[in-house]
Amino acid sequence: MLGSIYALIALGYTMVYGVLRLINFAHGDVYMVGAYIGLYAAQYLHLQTGEGVLTPPALLLILLIAMAGAAALGFLIERVAYRPLRRAPRLTALITAIGVSMLLEYGGQIVFTTTPRAYPQLAMAEKSRALVLRGVRIDWVDIIILIVAAVLLITLQIIVHRTRPGKAMRAVSFDREAASLMGINTDTIIALTFIIGSAFAGAAGVLVGMRSQSIEPLMGLMAGIKAFVAAVVGGIGSIPGAALGGLVMGVSEEAVHAVYPQLTDAVVFGILILILVLRPRGLLGGPAMEKV
Amino acid sequence: MKVRDKRRHIPALVWLLSVIPIALVLSATGRYLEGALQGYFFRVLMLSGIAIIAAVSLNVVNGFTGQFSIGHAGFMLVGAYASAGITVFARPHLQLALDAAHVPASVQPPLGFGVALVAAALGAAVAGLVVGLPSLRLRGDYLAIATLGFGEAIRAIFVTIDAVGGASGLHNVPLDTNFVWVFLGVISVIVTARNLALSTHGRALFAIREDELAAQAVGVDTFRYKVLAFVIAAAWAGVAGALLAHLNQGVDPKDYGFMKSVEIVVMVVLGGLGSVTGAVIAAVALTWLPELLRPVQDYRMVLYSVLLILLMLLRPRGLFGRKEFSLGSLFTFRKEAAPPRPGKEAG
Repeated sequence: MLGSIYALIALGYTMVYGVLRLINFAHGDVYMVGAYIGLYAAQYLHLQTGEGVLTPPALLLILLIAMAGAAALGFLIERVAYRPLRRAPRLTALITAIGVSMLLEYGGQIVFTTTPRAYPQLAMAEKSRALVLRGVRIDWVDIIILIVAAVLLITLQIIVHRTRPGKAMRAVSFDREAASLMGINTDTIIALTFIIGSAFAGAAGVLVGMRSQSIEPLMGLMAGIKAFVAAVVGGIGSIPGAALGGLVMGVSEEAVHAVYPQLTDAVVFGILILILVLRPRGLLGGPAMEKV
Repeated sequence: MKVRDKRRHIPALVWLLSVIPIALVLSATGRYLEGALQGYFFRVLMLSGIAIIAAVSLNVVNGFTGQFSIGHAGFMLVGAYASAGITVFARPHLQLALDAAHVPASVQPPLGFGVALVAAALGAAVAGLVVGLPSLRLRGDYLAIATLGFGEAIRAIFVTIDAVGGASGLHNVPLDTNFVWVFLGVISVIVTARNLALSTHGRALFAIREDELAAQAVGVDTFRYKVLAFVIAAAWAGVAGALLAHLNQGVDPKDYGFMKSVEIVVMVVLGGLGSVTGAVIAAVALTWLPELLRPVQDYRMVLYSVLLILLMLLRPRGLFGRKEFSLGSLFTFRKEAAPPRPGKEAG
């Protein structure tokens, strides 16, 4: 279920873009760091038994640790690299984001070394085990990914639409200055956005580690770009859009990969171009507004 | 009365005529230099030149016109394949044609590479047109995303073509890139950008950057001009890609990916959007920086990214902003509004 993973990462892009109008290039690398935090947590807290196998409560703990770690990283990045540039031209912040992304990638290659690392598996979801339903084989790991992603997405939807910080977040994304005039502390809200988005990326990192069974420091680069494409396809700034876009990208990528693997990337970016030309605001984006 | 305007066009013929003798002299010294300078130093020098061509050309789109493109490496890849197509596959045929035309053997290789460079520019320009027509209807971040998508799509398509080596790319490309070609390329791209900036077309591009709606309101065909800028930039990117392919003696599609595009964008933004000299200096600096950091080995790319972040935090508008670096009036090329010309309207 690549789609749910893209959806989880795409959320971070969409939320940050919503409040800051910034393409946070470092987001894909936050996801990579999240995967490593999960790996180290499993190793040093002795949460895995023998052959790198996890029990369900251990997985939950690892997910939470990875989410907390990724959230802390996201908060730190926002604080150090983006907040000082709030009033600078947007391009400057974009280049800084690229710099942060490179820092995490190259730093990751030093800290985590470049060799891919084996990832612990959930006991019931080892790659060989699958649920066979009327002849259709579904890996358990995919089912778990789907459940975790669904729970997280619904939680986010509740946070954004049913709580006060969520309301503030929507206000900031609608009009930052007006929100600030209404007494909303925009800096806090922006930091919160980064924290939530990064936590989701961290969860995605752990899930993808379990699925592909190994992780490496550059895994965030392509996944980040594709998740970002998913956010745009769904309509950047829209949370259900990110989920939908993630599913569209994930499903089409896996479908093409099964038939003609070489064309995967061409099709992924082909969909992006098609959407941009036909419906620039994305599948679920609002109507285009021209400010004069 | 005519007020002396220091910012003058350099007519194409004049600079061509003045550059060719320089190039011939350099050709001699260049051959000497290539021997004298170690292979490594020569390579970095060539890479700087190629970076300048790519950065100055991207500056026409991102800096002059204010349209944000992050797919420049895609056009470099088109140029690389187009030129390598000529030097690798079509060279025997070309040689026959040249022999038939009684072209002396000594000038045949440079002539062949010249043809390859022109093919690279044309191929990339066509690609620029194909990409530009649909995507330049978009604005701001959406345009950036579309160019990113096209850049990656171009690469993804080439990788599926087995005739050009598929994912492993082309090999056996001759080492045709040398000091003279790169030097000529750098001078020509700078002159092109400078002349464009001083022309009516350049004014139209600046108008689009400052306020697209207002530009449209005063009668600038904004879409046409945006496509024009995009195609010019793509053509030069093609030349840069061709030079890179014939320096590396091969085309590896991985070298022309998203990170390459980003590298060029960083050069343009770091130099100051719209500043030609800024782009040149940033291109050279960012090519040399990783080389200078070689003593610290593993940490060099980490330091590189930290330096990049610090530079953007400390100089948010780039090293030069929109200003041009100049040596007195020798190379005066200011962005400030020209003084009013008295008597024009009255007369």
